[in-house]
Amino acid sequence: MKKIKFILYIFSFTLIFLNSLKAENFDQVDKISKNLRCLICQGQSVYDSQSDFALSMKILIQKKINQGKSENEIYDFLKNKYGDWIVYDPELNKNTFLLWVIPLILFVFGGILIIRKVSIK
Amino acid sequence: MIKNIKFIIIILFSLFIFFIFLKGLEKPNNYLPEKTSSKIETNLSAKKLYDQKEVLLGELINNNNFSIINIWASWCLPCRDEHVYLLNLKKTNSINVIGINYKDKKSNAVEFLKDFGNPYSEVLTDPDGTKSIELGAFGIPETYLVNNKNKEIIKKYIGPLNDVKFKEILKIIKNEKN
Repeated sequence: MKKIKFILYIFSFTLIFLNSLKAENFDQVDKISKNLRCLICQGQSVYDSQSDFALSMKILIQKKINQGKSENEIYDFLKNKYGDWIVYDPELNKNTFLLWVIPLILFVFGGILIIRKVSIK
Repeated sequence: MIKNIKFIIIILFSLFIFFIFLKGLEKPNNYLPEKTSSKIETNLSAKKLYDQKEVLLGELINNNNFSIINIWASWCLPCRDEHVYLLNLKKTNSINVIGINYKDKKSNAVEFLKDFGNPYSEVLTDPDGTKSIELGAFGIPETYLVNNKNKEIIKKYIGPLNDVKFKEILKIIKNEKN
């Protein structure tokens, strides 16, 4: 009886262990695919979409992870193929410079306005 | 009187919104990337449809001036429309027509080629769609015109080929040759 219990324990532990190994891998795919725009659907990420394009993309991401590619390498690969638009989080470069800087400028400008108004009073 | 004016304003406003949405419907919302790599993925390996042997894409786009890479499937209706153009492109002997069979059953693909004719010098299979993604495809049908010498994609055609695109391909090939 004890033996059976012991074997059962070992079995369930290995099952949980294997499961968690697999799950970690899926987490990474989810994380990457949430940051990718599904280009043929509207307003959906690759993670959300069930289109052929998105399903294949998820398999490809999994394959790349298995090959030992890092998250950034995968983004670079896809940007190379589909353009910067595929990533939700735009990188800071020559084209997106204004996109990143304008809110900052507006914030500072607004701050100055408020401070002036308050100090005048 | 005031009620009438309100009524007219509401009607006008609804019409205004209606036409804005109507205009919005007509606007094409296909996204095309502006700056992408034009180099073709030469070290992409895939299985051939007929004998299931692994082959590198780079080996197939070697022995001619131009290649057409066409992503298709037997279940895809627009692929049937464009098939006749592929057959015609094959007749101009300076082009290798390479097919990539996207998420398809082998038996269906073979039957499709038997029924409509086989324009492809080689057919590769892409059972899970990942090869197409590596080529930068959006969906099917999709066609790339590749210059074999520098392995660059000259033109990407998303959607089925038609008369206009067919003539353009012939023109590009004629110009690049001279």
